[in-house]
Amino acid sequence: MENNNVEEMDIESLSSMWPEDINGKQFNIEKPGADQAMLEDIFIIEEPKIVDFKRLVELTNYSEKGSSQLAYLVKNWEYRQAYAVRLLREELDTLSKQKQESELKELEITEEHRFEQESYGGDKRPISVLDEEYDILPDFPRKIKHVVVENKGLEIEADYDTVIYWKQRARHLEELLEASIQREQILVEKLQESIKNLERQSSPVEELSQILKRADHYLHFILETAPVTIGHQDKDLRYRFMYNPYPSLQEEEIIGKTDAEIFTGGGVKEVQDFKREVLEKGLPAKREITFETQLFGAKTFLIYVEPVFSKAGETIGVNYMGMEITDQVRKREKMAKVREEIAVQKAKESELNKTIHITEETMRAKEVLATMSHEIRSPLSGVVSMAEILSTTNIDKEQRQILKVMLSTGDLILQLINDILDLSKVESGVLKLEATKFRPREVVKGVLQTAAGSLQKVLTLEGHVADDVPVQVIGDILQIRRILNNLISNAIKYTHKGKVGIKLYKITALSCDLREGSKGNITADRSVFSAIIREPDKCLSLSQSGSDLNGFLEGPRKNSHDDEPETPVINGASMDGGEENHRHPSETTMWIGCDVYDTGIGIPENALPTLFKKYMQVSADTARKYGGTGLGLAICKQLVELMGGHLTVSSQEHRGSTFTFVLPYKVSPQCDNSDDPDELSDMNGHDAMLDSHDDDISSGTFIFGPRMLGSLSSSSSSARAQNQLPNRVAFNATHKLNGLSDDPTSFPGSSMPSKEVNSLKDACSAVDGPATSCQQETSMMQSPDSNYKVTVGSEREYQHKEYGQFQDTFKVSTCSSGVESKEVSEKVRLTDCQEAEEIQERFERSSQCSSSKGQEIIESKLKPRILLVEDNKINVVVAQSMMTRMGHKIDVVNNGVEAVRAVQSSSYDLILMDVCMPVVDGLQATRLIRSFEEMGNWDAAVKAGIEYQVPQNTAPNDPQLNLLRNRIPIIGMTTNALSESADECFANGMDSFISKPVTFQNLKECLEQYVM
Amino acid sequence: MDGVAQLKKRLADYTTSLYDEGYLDDQFVQLQQLQDESNPEFVVEVVSLFFQDSQRLLSELAKALEQQSVDFRKVDAYVHQLKGSSSSIGAQRVQRACISFRNYCDDQNIEGCLKCLQQLKNEYSLMKNKLETLFKLEQQLLEAGG
Repeated sequence: MENNNVEEMDIESLSSMWPEDINGKQFNIEKPGADQAMLEDIFIIEEPKIVDFKRLVELTNYSEKGSSQLAYLVKNWEYRQAYAVRLLREELDTLSKQKQESELKELEITEEHRFEQESYGGDKRPISVLDEEYDILPDFPRKIKHVVVENKGLEIEADYDTVIYWKQRARHLEELLEASIQREQILVEKLQESIKNLERQSSPVEELSQILKRADHYLHFILETAPVTIGHQDKDLRYRFMYNPYPSLQEEEIIGKTDAEIFTGGGVKEVQDFKREVLEKGLPAKREITFETQLFGAKTFLIYVEPVFSKAGETIGVNYMGMEITDQVRKREKMAKVREEIAVQKAKESELNKTIHITEETMRAKEVLATMSHEIRSPLSGVVSMAEILSTTNIDKEQRQILKVMLSTGDLILQLINDILDLSKVESGVLKLEATKFRPREVVKGVLQTAAGSLQKVLTLEGHVADDVPVQVIGDILQIRRILNNLISNAIKYTHKGKVGIKLYKITALSCDLREGSKGNITADRSVFSAIIREPDKCLSLSQSGSDLNGFLEGPRKNSHDDEPETPVINGASMDGGEENHRHPSETTMWIGCDVYDTGIGIPENALPTLFKKYMQVSADTARKYGGTGLGLAICKQLVELMGGHLTVSSQEHRGSTFTFVLPYKVSPQCDNSDDPDELSDMNGHDAMLDSHDDDISSGTFIFGPRMLGSLSSSSSSARAQNQLPNRVAFNATHKLNGLSDDPTSFPGSSMPSKEVNSLKDACSAVDGPATSCQQETSMMQSPDSNYKVTVGSEREYQHKEYGQFQDTFKVSTCSSGVESKEVSEKVRLTDCQEAEEIQERFERSSQCSSSKGQEIIESKLKPRILLVEDNKINVVVAQSMMTRMGHKIDVVNNGVEAVRAVQSSSYDLILMDVCMPVVDGLQATRLIRSFEEMGNWDAAVKAGIEYQVPQNTAPNDPQLNLLRNRIPIIGMTTNALSESADECFANGMDSFISKPVTFQNLKECLEQYVM
Repeated sequence: MDGVAQLKKRLADYTTSLYDEGYLDDQFVQLQQLQDESNPEFVVEVVSLFFQDSQRLLSELAKALEQQSVDFRKVDAYVHQLKGSSSSIGAQRVQRACISFRNYCDDQNIEGCLKCLQQLKNEYSLMKNKLETLFKLEQQLLEAGG
């Protein structure tokens, strides 16, 4: 039995051809056929299996598995036979035992009988044997049972110990014996018969086929509804056996054919290749194959293929089993998709989170950067300004050289920090655009003036504003000025000779498209343009040609050159007049293009794409040679884009570059007549000068020859001098104050204007100390816009050299202005009487101011009046104490309103203004004060809700009050780099700023710069 | 005399620790420079002014943040005040707390603001303790005749 089990295990592990559970159950069933009833219920409709029996026999004979299968069957059968034989033997044994027992009994009985006979043999009485009497109890033997000999006592009717009795008894025993013998015989017969039967009945083939049949039934039972196909293919992959619960093919269509021969479509080749692979490798494998066949459509099967080996170990075919898993695959795919989606979503989420995190980090980093930059900037500006002050003291050449380097590097770092601040402001969205009214012409002029002021090269700076550009537009002047400044300083940096210029022109929608569309065209035009530029003497024709170019580009643009031939002098005024004609009834948006062009080194084509990137310069070489932060253009581009415009560049190497930015501006319908007379007269001055060259010059053209800053102010003052007699006197007074020059380079043409020049130049040459402030004061009055941070001392040489050059210009310009000045004043009076009065008033004021300047300076030196506007008590206490310590007494007010009131009622030499304050902040207060200084009235303040309270003790025409209208230096006090920037301070009219908390150092610097 | 020297050393150590641990910055030196014979109590005066002012601002802040709808402009204004005065006396850590407070204020983040207020209060009371200790030490030194 045990032996058998081991055998069985071995067979099972050899994964059988038959289903496993059948293998286990069927062949070990004690009572074969017990399940037959159940099987009978199964009605097998079709024969789903198609068998090549010959092959099966072959397999059974030849394949290893087949033979082991067979061997197992035979063993099993043998075992069962042996079992049956043993059972029979046991039965036989029992029988023979019983037989022995019965014989033993018989012997006992016989002995007992003998004893009885002996005891009764002593009886004297003769025994008569009567045959008839034997039949007395004829049915007796019938009572004897089969197996057990009964011990029952015999009941004999005859009297005991009689002859009859004994006879009866002997007969009875004889009968018993006979019956026993007879029974024995029957049993032996039966036994023999049974043995015979046994031998006859069990032929192994019969039994085997029965078993097989049962296994088959089980197979059917189990596989009946399973979506499983089972098959066997020979080594040519021809089907030899196939079980398919959903047969759609006949036997002859399958047996002996390959997959490819049976059906076609997707997956067939794959499955065949797979089977072949298994066949070759000799290793079972599973694979999922999707079929797309005409026979059963699109279905996916999980196919298991195992090789079948011959006894010799060769593969002779494959068994294959396929299960349809289409739905599962679909489900799985769906699940996979869902999972994938979830994964994607999760990834997205985490990505988003990361981005948010990064953004937050970036913002924070930028903030930190901004704060840090500010922290760095404050002390650095201290260093730089100290160095600047140092450069004005008596130092030798070498020291000056060192200082120069110090200053330039310091400036560079400052610039870098400012740029970083600007960029981070733009990028972090902190920068808010402000819409303010401004005059493009003034801006262009101002920018050029500033640039000219710090010009260190022999370059011509020119500006041209086309006539159709409105006098006043609305935009963020601060940012626009910054862009212009950046571009101009860039242009100057990379230009060694020739010109740098700004051109402003209106762009109609059409031409805007044209510009966008035909960039190349424009570039071509530019080259023509730059060709003209190279002729040095034709700067005017250049700007003319520039405007022609614009005309060409813009087509319908109205060229108003010819419209105003009789009023070429007063540009501002004439522009106003001209503008009035085509003023729009309501606020409209106008696109204005601005070209900043130069005749510099140009930009190589390959550098153009990265030009506007941060920290990018054309090349490392360029960076070394020219320095700079590489942030300027990036800032410009960002600013322009922030304002809704675009910045482009076209360039030719060695010929120059043109940066063009186009921005939308609002054009106010209202005419603003409050032209700053100062500006006007300034412009008159230039144009008078320009007109001497060319009468046909259009308005809005400015030219700054090399080193013309000095000439600028002098020409303007000369114009003014012609305008107003008192003024001339005043300037003479200044002149005298400075002392008449004995300079050998004094000009031969000793006309009034040239004397003016002289006086200024003398002022320059006399600048070795206190006189500087005097000159600065004077010039500040004349045009507050210009940059006066000129290191006068170091540039004296230049001036000397170049004086000859612009001497001619002045001569001409002043001459012509002399003629035309009448027209100016006439025009002014005609257009607006009040305005003219204002101008006059202003001139008077300035003359007074300049005449009494020297005296006043001394006064202010003694006791400058300082106003502190600060809302924080502690800050007030600290600042006040510091000021007291430095020997100054200060007035303190707590907000912007009070500041305005304080300025209204009293005069100050310096205002320290906190930027961030309740009610009216420092910026607004500054604007209001500036507005008063420029307009002479407090209308703006009244509009802002601060009523003008006329000081009771001072008369309105008190000179004290007039004096008030000088530009009071206002110093902003800022805390935070982002919200209260220096630029904001400057934009709102502050002169400088110090960062809070106030320290001795920054207060001292400030006082030194502005009141001492 | 030894006592004076010891006191002096203690004072110096304590002051250094205040700078090292970032409680004070150079602005406090500026403040001390403003103190002279004519104004011997200047630092103490200014600082107690700062304490008064800060106390007021902090309670105003707490009140403002308790409101149903927080007026962040008001809160910002208070914090700005506190920031200004703390920077003026060189109370660096209070100032820094103010800066982060204002950031939350810009974001209108009430939780952040409340957290910052707590932090600010902590920094403030720390500062107050430190400065009071400093003044006490100075006073002791003065009384000891140093």
